[in-house]
Amino acid sequence: MNLKANRSTIGFIGVSLLIIVFVQVLISVGVLSAFWATLISIGAVMGIVSLGLNLIYGFNGQFSLGQWGFYAIGAYTAADVTYRWSQEHSASGLVIVSLVVLLVGGSFLLIRYMLSRIRGLDPLSAFSLYLIGVVIAGFLAVKIGQFIINPVTAMFNILPASLAMQIIFFLAVLLAGALAAEVSFIFGMPVLTLGSDYFGIATLGFTIIVKVLLDNSDVLLGFEEMKGARGMVGIPKLTSWLWVSLFLLAVVIVTRNLLHSSNGRAMISVREDEIAAKAMGIDLAQQKTLTFVLGSFFAGLAGALYAHINGFLHPNTFNFIKSFDPMIIIVFGGLGSVTGTVMAAFAWALVLEGVLRLVLPTGFETWRFVVYPVLLLIMMLLRPKGLFGAFEFPFLRQVLPPLRKSQGSAATTPKPTIAEGD
Amino acid sequence: MTDQNQPLLLEISALNKNFGGLRAVKNFELSIHKGELVGLIGPNGAGKTTVFNLITGIYVASSGTIKFKDQNMVGIPPFEITRTGIARTFQNIRLFPNLTVLDNVRIAYHSHAGYNLLDAIVRTPRFFHHEKELTERAQDFLGVFNLQDRQGEIAKNLPYGEQRRLEIARALAAEPQLLLLDEPAAGMNSKEVVTLMELIHFIRDRFKLTILLIEHQMRVVMGVCEWITVMDFGEVIARGNPAEIQSDPKVVEAYLGRGAAELAKKLSEKRSHVA
Amino acid sequence: MEKSTTAPPVSFFQRIIRGRWIGKFMLAAISILVTVGIAFKASQSPALFFQQLINGLQLGFVYALIALGYTMVYGIVRLINFAHGDVFMVGAFVSYFAIANFQLHAWPSAVIPEINPVISLVIGTISVIFLAMATCGFLAVTIERVAYKPLRDAPRISALITAIGVSFFLEYFGALPFVFTSNFITYKRPFEVTTWYIQNGIHHLEAGVEAPTGSVLFSNILIIIIIISLLLLASLQFIVRRTKVGKAMRAVSYDKPTARLMGINVDGIISVTFAIGAALAGAAGVLYATAYPQVVFWMGITPGLKAFVAAVLGGIGSIPGALVGSLIMGQAEVLSAGYISTPMRDAIAFTILILVLLVRPTGIFGEPEREKA
Repeated sequence: MNLKANRSTIGFIGVSLLIIVFVQVLISVGVLSAFWATLISIGAVMGIVSLGLNLIYGFNGQFSLGQWGFYAIGAYTAADVTYRWSQEHSASGLVIVSLVVLLVGGSFLLIRYMLSRIRGLDPLSAFSLYLIGVVIAGFLAVKIGQFIINPVTAMFNILPASLAMQIIFFLAVLLAGALAAEVSFIFGMPVLTLGSDYFGIATLGFTIIVKVLLDNSDVLLGFEEMKGARGMVGIPKLTSWLWVSLFLLAVVIVTRNLLHSSNGRAMISVREDEIAAKAMGIDLAQQKTLTFVLGSFFAGLAGALYAHINGFLHPNTFNFIKSFDPMIIIVFGGLGSVTGTVMAAFAWALVLEGVLRLVLPTGFETWRFVVYPVLLLIMMLLRPKGLFGAFEFPFLRQVLPPLRKSQGSAATTPKPTIAEGD
Repeated sequence: MTDQNQPLLLEISALNKNFGGLRAVKNFELSIHKGELVGLIGPNGAGKTTVFNLITGIYVASSGTIKFKDQNMVGIPPFEITRTGIARTFQNIRLFPNLTVLDNVRIAYHSHAGYNLLDAIVRTPRFFHHEKELTERAQDFLGVFNLQDRQGEIAKNLPYGEQRRLEIARALAAEPQLLLLDEPAAGMNSKEVVTLMELIHFIRDRFKLTILLIEHQMRVVMGVCEWITVMDFGEVIARGNPAEIQSDPKVVEAYLGRGAAELAKKLSEKRSHVA
Repeated sequence: MEKSTTAPPVSFFQRIIRGRWIGKFMLAAISILVTVGIAFKASQSPALFFQQLINGLQLGFVYALIALGYTMVYGIVRLINFAHGDVFMVGAFVSYFAIANFQLHAWPSAVIPEINPVISLVIGTISVIFLAMATCGFLAVTIERVAYKPLRDAPRISALITAIGVSFFLEYFGALPFVFTSNFITYKRPFEVTTWYIQNGIHHLEAGVEAPTGSVLFSNILIIIIIISLLLLASLQFIVRRTKVGKAMRAVSYDKPTARLMGINVDGIISVTFAIGAALAGAAGVLYATAYPQVVFWMGITPGLKAFVAAVLGGIGSIPGALVGSLIMGQAEVLSAGYISTPMRDAIAFTILILVLLVRPTGIFGEPEREKA
C-alpha cells in the first residue's frame, strides 16, 4: 500500500525464508538430529492448526473444540490418498477424494445460490437441504470415480516416481484441507447458531464422534487400510521441514491478509459485539461460517502434513483430550495474536515433547504429564493474557493509514461546538 | 418545520411483542415522514427500546407490520434491515471496544466494500483501490465528528462523550435514511447535552436524515423533536408536537403518577380527564 | 403512497419456511426411525429390552451424581470443570484403599464384635461412602482455592485451561507408581452381590446358577445405587431449596456483585458449591466402582464426559435437568450398545446431545438465552 508497508512485507518474507533455509541447512548438515527435526515440524504443524483455531476463537470469538476433529479428518484423508498411491499403486484415493471435494463443493455453491433467494430459512432446514446435496454429490463422485481411476493412475505413472509422489502429496494436503472445510461448513451451519459454551460442547462432540469413527474406520466405514483402532501404518513419510514451513508461511500470510481487510474487520466485529455487528449490517451467520470453514481448512492442511511426518496414525492421537492442545497454544500465545500463536506452537512442541523428555531423568518419564499441567497452571497464573498479549511483528501488525488533513469537502464543515467532548 | 407532504418513510401499525406472558409492546402505531425528527418518550420500562429492537429486527414482532420505504421489515434479519437504510445507536454504548476508532467506522462499510475475500487474501489491485477509498471515506467521516486525530485509538479508551460521538459516526457511516438514537444524552452533563443537540440538528441537515430518538432528558426532546410519541406500558398514550405533549395530562400522569397529574389538572383546570 | 395494510397471502412454500418445517421434518424422521428400530428390536425380545432399561437406570443414576457437580459449578462460576471426572476417580480409589487396606467397611463389627453383621455392613458401607465424599470435597476445595480462585477475574478461557491442567495433573499424578499406579486394579466390593430374576414373580438367583432365559435380572447393587442416589439428590435439593447456604448459592449464581453487596461470602459459597459437587462425585465413584468393579487412573474420563453431556442435555445449571439428562444418557448408552453398536456409543451420546441442542439450544431444562440490546 505504501512504502513502509512494502518494506515490512519484504523484510518479513525475507527473514522467514532465511530462517526456513537456515533450519533446513541445520537438518541437512546433521546439527539437528532427526528427533529435533521431527519436533520442529510438529511445531509448525501445530502452528497451522492453532492459527486456524485462533481465527475461529481468537478473532471471531467462537469457542470451538472441534479443531482437532478437522485435523483428524485432514490427516486420515491425506494419508489414505498417499497410502493408496505408494502401497497400492493406484490413484483411486486421489480421484475419489478430489471428485468428492469438487462435487460436494459444487453442490454447496448450487444450493447456496438457490437458497439465497429464500428469506428467513432457518439453519436447520438449510442444513437438511445441504445434507441431501452432500449425499447425492458423494454418491455421484464415487460412481464417476470408478471410470477415471485407471486413466489417472496411468497418467501419474508417466511421471518420474518421486515427482509423482510429491505432486500427489501436495494435492492430498490441499484436498484434505478442502474436505475438512466442507465438513466444517455443513456441520457448522446448524451448530454455529448455538450460544458460546454450547457451541464449544457441540464441537467437542464432533471431535469425539470423529475419533470414534476412526476407531472403527475399518469395520464401520469400510476403509480397510486405516486399520481402525490398531493404527494406520505405511504412510509415506513425505512431510519435510521445507513443506511444513512453507505451508506455515503461506497460512500466516493468508491470515494476515485476511485480518487486515474488510472481511477481517467484520469477523472481529462479531467477536467484539454480536448485536452491534448485526446493527452495522454484518451477516453474523455468514461471518461465523466463513471463519469456521477457513479455520477448519487450516486444520485439515495441518492434519495432512502431520500424517506424513511419522508415517503412522493412531486414533488416540485425535483423542478429545488432545483437542485442547491448540486451545492451550492460542491462549498461551495470546488470543488474537498471530505472532504469539506461531511462537507458542513451536515452544509447546519443543518443551513438551523435547525438553521435558530430556530433562526428566530415566525412570521419571511418566512425570512428564505431571510437570506439564503444573507448568500450565503457573503460566496461567502468571500470564493469563498469554505470552505475547496482543503483540505482533511489524508485518503482521495493522498499518494505520496516514491522517487526512481536512482537505475533502466533508471534513471542512464540522461545527466548532462538536469538538468539545468533555 | 416539517413537510407533511413528504412521503412516509416508516409506518408501524398494530405492532405487538410478547415475551412469554408479558406484552412488552401493545398495538403500537407510528408514522414518520421523510426528514422528520421524531421523539419517542415514556417512563422506564415503557417498551421504547423494545420498539427499536423490533424496527431493527433484533426482536421479531409477534404481530403487526413495520413498513420501511413501503416494504414490510418484519421477519427480515437485522443486517439486511441495516442495509436497507436503518441504522441505530444503543442505550449503553455498543462500540467494538478493542478495535481502533477508524476500524469501528470502517466496519460499517463492509457490506459494500467493493472487494471479496479472495481479493483480500491475494491482495489484488482491486483490494488496494477499494480499501484506500473506504479508509478515506471513514477518515472523512471521523473528520466530520472531529475524531480524526483519534483514528488509531482503541475505542474503549475514548472518553465517554467521544464514544457517543463515535457511535453516531459509525451509525451514519452505514449510510442510513432513518437513524434511531437510543438515549444519546444518557450520562451527559448539561454542556455536553447542548453539544449533542447541535450535533443532532447538524447531522440531520447534513445527511438529509430522518431521525427517531428515544430520550429521557426533556430538554433534548422538547428542544430537538418536531413530533413526539409517548409510550407507557407498551402502549402509545399520546402523540403530538412538543407543546401539546407538555400539556397532556396523560403524559404527566405517566411520568409523575396520578396524584401529580390531578394536581396538574387542578392547576390548569381546563380539561377534565378520567384515566 | 399508502398501500392497504392487509397482510399479503402466505403461500404454502412460505409457510414451510416460516415454520422451519424442513429441519423439523428431518429431525422427526431421524427420531421416528430410531424409535421404530428400537421398538422392533424390543418386540423381538422384551426381556432383553427390560434388562437394558434396568442397566441403563443403574448407569443413569451414577451419571446423575457426577452431572450434579458439573451443573452446580457451572451454574455458579460458569466454568466447565473438566477436573470433575478425575475427582470422581479419586473417590473410587479412596474407597478402594479404605476397603482393601483398612477394612473400613467392616469397622463396626471389628469394634463391637457382637453387632448384627448386616447392620455392621450397612454402617461400614455408609462410612466408606462418607469417607470418599469427604476426601473428594476436600480435594475439590483445595483445587478451587489453588487453581481457580486466583483466576476468577481472568478471562473465562484461562480457568478452563487450568481445569484441563488440573485434570491432567490428577490423572498422571495418580498414574505414578507410588500413588494409584497405572494398572487396572480389581475393586473389592464392601458387600456380596445378590441377584434376583423376574419371571412370574421375583426369585432369588443362586450363585453359579444360570438365570432362566427370558427373565430380567437385577441385583442389590442396582437397589443400593438407586436408594443412595435418591437420598443424596433429596438432600441436595433440600440444601439448595431450604437452607441458608442454598439460598446464598442461588443468589451467587444469579448475580455475584449483588450477592456480595447483600453480605454473602461469595468465595465461601463457591467453595461450598465445589465441595458439594465433588462429594456427590465421590459417592458416585464408590457406586460406579461397586457396579463395575475395576479402578484405574483414567477411569474418570469417560463417565465424567458422559455426565457432562448429561448435564448439558438437561440444561446446564439446572439440578432436575442433570437428573433427567443423566437418565436419558444412561438409557441411550445401554440401548445404543445393545441395539446399534457398542463402539459407537460415545458417538451416539454426543449425536443425541447435538440434536437436542439444535432443538433446544440451552438443553431440556435450560433457560433460553435472551439477547439484550
